Amino acid sequence: MQVSREELLHIANLASLNLKEEEVDNYLLNLQDILNFANIVSKAPVEGLTETIGANDNYNVFRKDEVRVFEDNEALLANAPEKERNMFKIPKVIN
Amino acid sequence: MAREDYEIVIGLEVHAELSTKTKIFCSCPTEFGAEPNTHVCPVCMAMPGTLPVLNEKVVEYAVKAGLATNCEISRDSKNDRKNYFYPDLPKSYQISQFDKPLCEHGKVEIEEDGEKKTIGITRIHIEEDAGKLNHNEFGAGSLVDLNRAGVPLIEIVSEPDMRSSKDAENYLRKMKSILEYIEVSDCKMQEGSLRADVNVSVRKKGETKFGTRTEMKNMNSFKSIVRAIDYEAERQIDVIEDGGTITQETLRWDDVSGKTFPMRDKEDAQDYRYFPEPDLVAIRLSDEYIENIKNNLPELPESRRQRYVEEYKLSEKDSKMLTASKYLSNLFEEALKICGNAKAVCNWLLSDVSRILNEKEMEPDQIPFTAPELAKMIELIDKGTISSAIGKKVLEELFENPKDPEEIVKEKGWVQISDEGAIKEVVTKILENNPQSIADYKAGKDRALGFLVGQAMKETKGKANPQMLNKMFLEELNK
Amino acid sequence: MDITELTVHELMDKLKSKELTAKEITKAYVDRIYEKEKDVQAFVTTLTEEAISKAEQIDEKRQNGETLPEVAGIPIGIKDNICTKGVRTTCSSKMLENFISPYDATVTEKLNSQELISLGKLNMDEFAMGASTEYSYFKKTRNPWNLSTVPGGSSGGSATAVASSMVPWALGSDTGGSIRQPASFCGVVGLKPTYGLVSRYGLVAFASSLDQIGPITKDVEDSAILLNIISGHDEKDSTSANIEKKDYTKALKNDVKGLKIGIPKEYFGEGINPEVKEKLEETIKKYKELGAIVEDCSLDIADYALATYYIIACAEASSNLGRFDGIRYGYRTKNFTNLKELFKNSRSEGFGAEVKRRIILGTYVLSSGYYDAYYKKAQQVRTLVKKEFDKLFEKYNLLLTPTSPTVAFEIGTKSNNPLEMYLADICTVSINIAGLPAISIPCGVNSEGMPIGMQLIGNHFEEETILNAAYTYEQATKFREKYKPEFKGGAK
Repeated sequence: MQVSREELLHIANLASLNLKEEEVDNYLLNLQDILNFANIVSKAPVEGLTETIGANDNYNVFRKDEVRVFEDNEALLANAPEKERNMFKIPKVIN
Repeated sequence: MAREDYEIVIGLEVHAELSTKTKIFCSCPTEFGAEPNTHVCPVCMAMPGTLPVLNEKVVEYAVKAGLATNCEISRDSKNDRKNYFYPDLPKSYQISQFDKPLCEHGKVEIEEDGEKKTIGITRIHIEEDAGKLNHNEFGAGSLVDLNRAGVPLIEIVSEPDMRSSKDAENYLRKMKSILEYIEVSDCKMQEGSLRADVNVSVRKKGETKFGTRTEMKNMNSFKSIVRAIDYEAERQIDVIEDGGTITQETLRWDDVSGKTFPMRDKEDAQDYRYFPEPDLVAIRLSDEYIENIKNNLPELPESRRQRYVEEYKLSEKDSKMLTASKYLSNLFEEALKICGNAKAVCNWLLSDVSRILNEKEMEPDQIPFTAPELAKMIELIDKGTISSAIGKKVLEELFENPKDPEEIVKEKGWVQISDEGAIKEVVTKILENNPQSIADYKAGKDRALGFLVGQAMKETKGKANPQMLNKMFLEELNK
Repeated sequence: MDITELTVHELMDKLKSKELTAKEITKAYVDRIYEKEKDVQAFVTTLTEEAISKAEQIDEKRQNGETLPEVAGIPIGIKDNICTKGVRTTCSSKMLENFISPYDATVTEKLNSQELISLGKLNMDEFAMGASTEYSYFKKTRNPWNLSTVPGGSSGGSATAVASSMVPWALGSDTGGSIRQPASFCGVVGLKPTYGLVSRYGLVAFASSLDQIGPITKDVEDSAILLNIISGHDEKDSTSANIEKKDYTKALKNDVKGLKIGIPKEYFGEGINPEVKEKLEETIKKYKELGAIVEDCSLDIADYALATYYIIACAEASSNLGRFDGIRYGYRTKNFTNLKELFKNSRSEGFGAEVKRRIILGTYVLSSGYYDAYYKKAQQVRTLVKKEFDKLFEKYNLLLTPTSPTVAFEIGTKSNNPLEMYLADICTVSINIAGLPAISIPCGVNSEGMPIGMQLIGNHFEEETILNAAYTYEQATKFREKYKPEFKGGAK
């Protein structure tokens, strides 16, 4: 599949990434290269095979509904670039 | 074309926060109203390296909801990631369910003016709630509080089977009542624990294809949902009548202006890139598991209603009104257990209590007093300690400042005068002051008795025992 | 006696006999770090002073007659994508340059409860994405066998630190070969356990369905000892296997008689360096001599597996790395006026080129219109890969392949060609796709004295079989007695 410049920019936007003008060509080339290689999966003899969901056969792994309080609240907020009144500060969001 | 030629089509996505003790994927408490970022841990804060573990109660509650709404329960289910960036979503993906929800193909019945209607349930799935953005009106930024991040939700998606705002209201009330009855959600709309995304489209009557729909997100009051649907349907009809077309979009309902507005930031087409959550494993439910939940489902409103008619001889209509809200119905049963007067409890709840709720725009779950307090008040009337007139005043007081009715009555000096000597004194005084009424009565005007009793009540500020007054006036007048 | 030349099991003996104290051991490693780190650049964070004071405490406890775990007082190095409370965990990324985890990974807790002493956090490719440790934001780690070559990756810091004897052993993580390939390049032992055997809680996720933590050690016995410590069911990890705990040291029987080993011929074809192939053939001969039954077999999935690996790993990574948004922790751009700019600029400035490349690829294969062609297909190929392995394990106890088609390559020769770098993983990724355990142990050096590694692959939870076969070979060949890294060649 041929990836267009617009498509790459759309994907970068979905991933919340900015690509500089000079980066776009390089990424486009890399992505095309890798996808060309990845296309081999379309030739794999997988007719009738189910998809693997998860890496092992575990199922029904549940937790009891019991409260456990994380004690070190301070450490949870210590890495925040900007905070106010124990909340994370971000630019104003309307809606 | 006239408005009547259009049909409104409505579908609801109801989000209910489950009343589990802990969050869906970590052991943090779920209580509402804590200080910002105090009900958090590395998992719900999406610290690097953390992993989710599913709360077993979440699955159980979702299955309960599915069974109570006649759904098929999936034997094989899984969680998926829904990816998007937003500051209230700390992982930048929401763990939800995509193609294998826990429950599918259900239905509930609603009723309007005796006419019954079935609303299909497409699916019920489990997912996590997002955090909250606090918008500082004066400050420069917004503030993120993650207490709510990871609170478990079920999303109940209806078929587009509703045809009026009334239908939508009835459906949502029904759903709320069911969820309250099976005790999976407290459904407190004012706290956001029950909210709905409302999808509205219009089409010409007779048309079989659906029109383009718009979605109004996060609605959390019956009144605004009704207003929003009515407004949005009108708007869409206007657009079509003017020769325009409806754009599929997400709208924001503004309660103040009574209008819908397109949500900002729509230039980004969404693509959620759903894929199976690799940090969680499959959910496989056995027949025994499902059967066990089914057998332990609490009594649902229908059967409770029937019981009220049979056991307490309440009217069909009253029973239905009482059972519409689990909270009201529970209040009824508890108060009844104490005072034993089903009729009285029912009447108080459906007349005066309901009237006050209406005036205050409150839901039954916001009633501030307890069942024992209500029962006590009814007992006071039944014992003749207070009159029903005083009872109404006590009830107002219970709404304002709930406490033991006996204390209220004592404090306010509302105890009914039942002392024969005291009543006699009043009767004598009133008769002395109203010779004309005595003459009227003797002349056969029965109304005069009523006037005299009224005067006596006025004199005692409503505290005189009305039966005793009546009796004593009659005795005096007929002497 | 050079303390740092000893294996952990030798150190444990000397601790037990009171021939050495924890402090003497730790001090020796600290000195070694001061001596060699400037040449090889393996650490992101060193904890030399903390380590010595911890060692003193442990010695005091021992002296006071407290019963301590047998390994108490042995130092260790930890890959910098494993969370350590109070010590920064950077993933060798600008994004997490100053990140201090508020909690310990489950494996970190296990190390702490055994009173192992952390000497520091080890360099890696940023977010474990790479095969050369050249994609670290901080520094390029060098291979102690030849300082102008790469140590492999992504656990290059861990492999180099062990090979340079700056730590007696280390933890790495393996998503597509990130323990085994650097172990192979650096002439040490690297074990990637069965998916689910070691808890992933606290391992900063690259690809959730592929990641596993594992030991990088000087010899196989140490590998078994460290696996004993880090394995076990963890209720914080839903994918953790709930199986009985084993003592892997008991599996080291020094006997492979009758063991059936399959040699997938596709792993010896073109693309494999002739010297690597030659050494592997000697290895096969050795196993036959030792009494194993060795047979050629076919496993024709390598190319599919590699493509599948990059699709699945990048898809999961694109989602796993969404949380780095500049709000709660991590790098935040100074250049923003609104929320969108905050997100985009923080991420674009905080992530390196390779990480962004993989996020873009992963986003692409999950995006609407391409999901079925790539991601869904890859999940089907995953089933195919598992089935092919299942078939082989009906016949064989183990499979033997090279760990990497080549020896360590020169720094800078592949870092600008992503696809070529990806192809370096051809021998290792299918094991992660299938969730199997595999070990890389040294099986000789090439004409330039660079180590060559062989890979032994076992069926799920057959670590004992792998460890015993590796141990038996090791005892018969004594690689460590013959070859030693010489820190030759200048840093570029």
